[in-house]
Amino acid sequence: MSDRRIWIRGGRILDPAAERDESGDVLIEGGVIAATGAGLDARGAEVIDANGAWIAPGFVDLHSHLREPGQEYKEDIASGGRSAVAGGFAAVACMANTQPVNDDPAMTDFILDRATQDSPARVYPIAAATRGLEGVVMTEMSALVGAGAVAFSDDGKTIMDGGVMRHVLEYSRLVSVPVITHGEDRYLVANGVVNEGPVSTKLGLPGNPAVAEEILVVRDLILAELTGAHLHVAHVSTRGAVAAIRQARDRGVHVTAEVTPHHLTLTDEAVLGYDTNAKVSPPLRSAADVRACREGLVDGTIDAIATDHAPHAVHEKDLEFTVAPPGLIGFETAFPVVLDLVRNSELSPLELVRRLSTNPARILKRPGGSLEVGAPADVAILDPDTSWTYDPAKGYSKSRNSPWAGWTLTGRAIATIVGGRLVYHVERGVLYP
Amino acid sequence: MIGTDLLGIEDLERADIERILDTAEHMREVGRRVVKKVPTLRGRTIVNLFFESSTRTRASFEIAGKRLSADVINFSPSSSSLKKSESILDTARTLDAMDPDAVVVRHSVAGVPKQIADVLAAPVINAGDGAHEHPTQALLDLLTVKLEKGRIDGLTVTIVGDILHSRVARSNIYAFGKMGAEVRIAAPPPMIPAAVETLGVKVFTSLREAIEGVDVVMALRIQSERLAGCYLPSVREYSSTFGIDREKLKYAKEDVIVMHPGPVNRGVELSHDLTDHRPSVILDQVRNGVAIRMAVLYLLSGRRQEDAQRIDLGSGEGR
Amino acid sequence: MNDVAIRRALMRIAHEVLERCEDLERLYLVAIPNGGVPLARQLTANFKQIADVNVIVGILDTTLYRDDLKLKGERPLLRETEMPSAVDDRVVILVDDVVKTGRTIRAAMDALMDFGRPSSVQVVGLVDRGHRELPIKLDYVGKNVPTQAHELVRMSGQDGNLEGALEIVVMPGES
Repeated sequence: MSDRRIWIRGGRILDPAAERDESGDVLIEGGVIAATGAGLDARGAEVIDANGAWIAPGFVDLHSHLREPGQEYKEDIASGGRSAVAGGFAAVACMANTQPVNDDPAMTDFILDRATQDSPARVYPIAAATRGLEGVVMTEMSALVGAGAVAFSDDGKTIMDGGVMRHVLEYSRLVSVPVITHGEDRYLVANGVVNEGPVSTKLGLPGNPAVAEEILVVRDLILAELTGAHLHVAHVSTRGAVAAIRQARDRGVHVTAEVTPHHLTLTDEAVLGYDTNAKVSPPLRSAADVRACREGLVDGTIDAIATDHAPHAVHEKDLEFTVAPPGLIGFETAFPVVLDLVRNSELSPLELVRRLSTNPARILKRPGGSLEVGAPADVAILDPDTSWTYDPAKGYSKSRNSPWAGWTLTGRAIATIVGGRLVYHVERGVLYP
Repeated sequence: MIGTDLLGIEDLERADIERILDTAEHMREVGRRVVKKVPTLRGRTIVNLFFESSTRTRASFEIAGKRLSADVINFSPSSSSLKKSESILDTARTLDAMDPDAVVVRHSVAGVPKQIADVLAAPVINAGDGAHEHPTQALLDLLTVKLEKGRIDGLTVTIVGDILHSRVARSNIYAFGKMGAEVRIAAPPPMIPAAVETLGVKVFTSLREAIEGVDVVMALRIQSERLAGCYLPSVREYSSTFGIDREKLKYAKEDVIVMHPGPVNRGVELSHDLTDHRPSVILDQVRNGVAIRMAVLYLLSGRRQEDAQRIDLGSGEGR
Repeated sequence: MNDVAIRRALMRIAHEVLERCEDLERLYLVAIPNGGVPLARQLTANFKQIADVNVIVGILDTTLYRDDLKLKGERPLLRETEMPSAVDDRVVILVDDVVKTGRTIRAAMDALMDFGRPSSVQVVGLVDRGHRELPIKLDYVGKNVPTQAHELVRMSGQDGNLEGALEIVVMPGES
């Protein structure tokens, strides 16, 4: 926490927690929001000019891979945290598929320790649901939550044994944190690497059918209903999955869901030309699926936008399409990419911020997502109109695997404040630590 | 329009295909000479970069290159990059530093020739990539049909077998479609790719209906490893339902020809006697393969990219 | 030159060839497409008319033997080659319409050697424009036509017959 005073002057305050969208200033003092509105007394404060910009609660990412420990050549907690704040994220949740796996309280301690030392962004560890992500023995959820784990997930190593998944969900009620499912039936995916359909047929690459996702999502929704646990569905990508979640919500199942910027804006046609940077899991889908995901995000079926930031080294992406690992880096491009929904009048700026900040903080039961007086001063200052050319080599991630490389993007985080400290400014770079 | 490389029939226009076929017809004449060699590519280096073994296609490209007087180097990195520390693109860059004039690429994974072409100055010719394309095979099939029938426009062609895993099928679907033929496919349903009708074919699951009145029947090779993948119950069941024999051919046109990219699993895709005798034209396909590859090497020669303006293959007249 | 003039020149050339050739059975006309083909056909008709001999006509495309294929750029179209028999011990008469640099004749001689070992090779050019770049001389010439190097000379008749006229067309660029 910082004693410094920061005066954010003259922006558009977007605070979904207070249903507030109005012009004004924000004063930060003692690590918290001290005051908001017009005519603030801010003598001696550091001034950030937010004229023409949005002042929003810092973004909270439900889904990322920071690769530390074990694969620091792709990313580490320091570089991942720097990349996050450069995209307006004040906090990121990181998946358990590190080496070794985060399935032990000592590992959760290590990640949090590292984050405190190295990362400008808050880091929320997601622990493995089963030991070694092997889908057999569940992890010590009480101890892990005690150490600071915010959720449980085996992510890409989907728990295929329905019995195990049932028990994981049941047990999670003890600790009241969500279980995150990466819904893909391994047998239906088989060796599929692109969405099954005209594109997979044209490319001659093995298809990954939408039903592989839908079958697992439906299974887990039924198990959530059975157990009463909080199920969070990661990176929804198909029309059928959106529909299944909508129905489950209507039945009162305790389910939340996220969608990625890429599944909201890119179709499987981005893979034509065999760009391995557009190889993701689940794969980019059809235009109809993209439409359904956007509708689901708008109508509240899907609560949050999460990046699934998944760094991989250049030499790993330079491989055959079937061999190259899936994933893309997403922190620094998320905001401009999803601004498309605002430009397209599908979401208001306030509703977009709700899905990037307020809702994900609520799902993880963490502070953040609010600009109310007394709330932790996690703030993103965003210019929705500036155009810039994205070059991953100039970003903060150690990796460069982005399908948006070379694109001209509109909208950018211009400053990020975490815990009352200015940690990023677009002109000055990452300022702390 | 074809540019520097030949990566797939999908990229070609009809005029490009016609130019390649015309050139190949002249190359056939070279193959009939006592001295089967012309000095056209003397001093040029052609690299056969075969990540996946293929005796026939490699030999065909090698003979084609040698008939044009090029030096042909065979380079067969034994396995995928998974087993090595070097990525395919590093392999390609290493190769490029040796200044080849053309690189012929075969790989078991779709897209590798495209990935390599993106980093190489030399023209890249796809000699088969995964289940994507095998453009020179489709071109030699076109040439064979054109020589047999005198035309391609208006013919009906049925492709039978494992369409899902077949690069030959995809290239031929584009090739015959672009040249004005009607293309049908017939296969056991697990071997029909998703949304295959978007490629412009009619889909049949009954072989008899599929070959009713057609001019050309093209059987694809069944890879034995597919049997383990739960695509087919057994070889016996396949040969009885989708194997081509003289009895089933009675539904086709009287002058139907039968094609196969080889090597044939005798008694599976084609009955024994059909493998060796008319109306099958399998050895003509092989012969025409050399002519097609000579044509492609000739037409793409002189296209290394540095300081080269990109030139369209189909448009120009000879000087 | 109109078609009457061409026919007259070809008749004269036929006489000259027959005069120089000791064994008419060994004559073998090899036309360089496309312009050489109708000329060669007319020459065989002339041989038949004058001496009642049937002289074989072959067609030999020189494109694959050109000396400019090392260069970057568009590859020229191939033309027909049809050599009905080997040229061993034959008196081969190459027939071309317009001869300028001599490079085509050079290529034709290389190509010819791949079809055997002729006892001798002679060259007919309907029009000789000069501007030789290689040490090639014509044995029989229809007409010497002094031209500028950048001018184009073409036969305006259809392929395969002599109807129409040979005309000199001045065009910019290189021929």
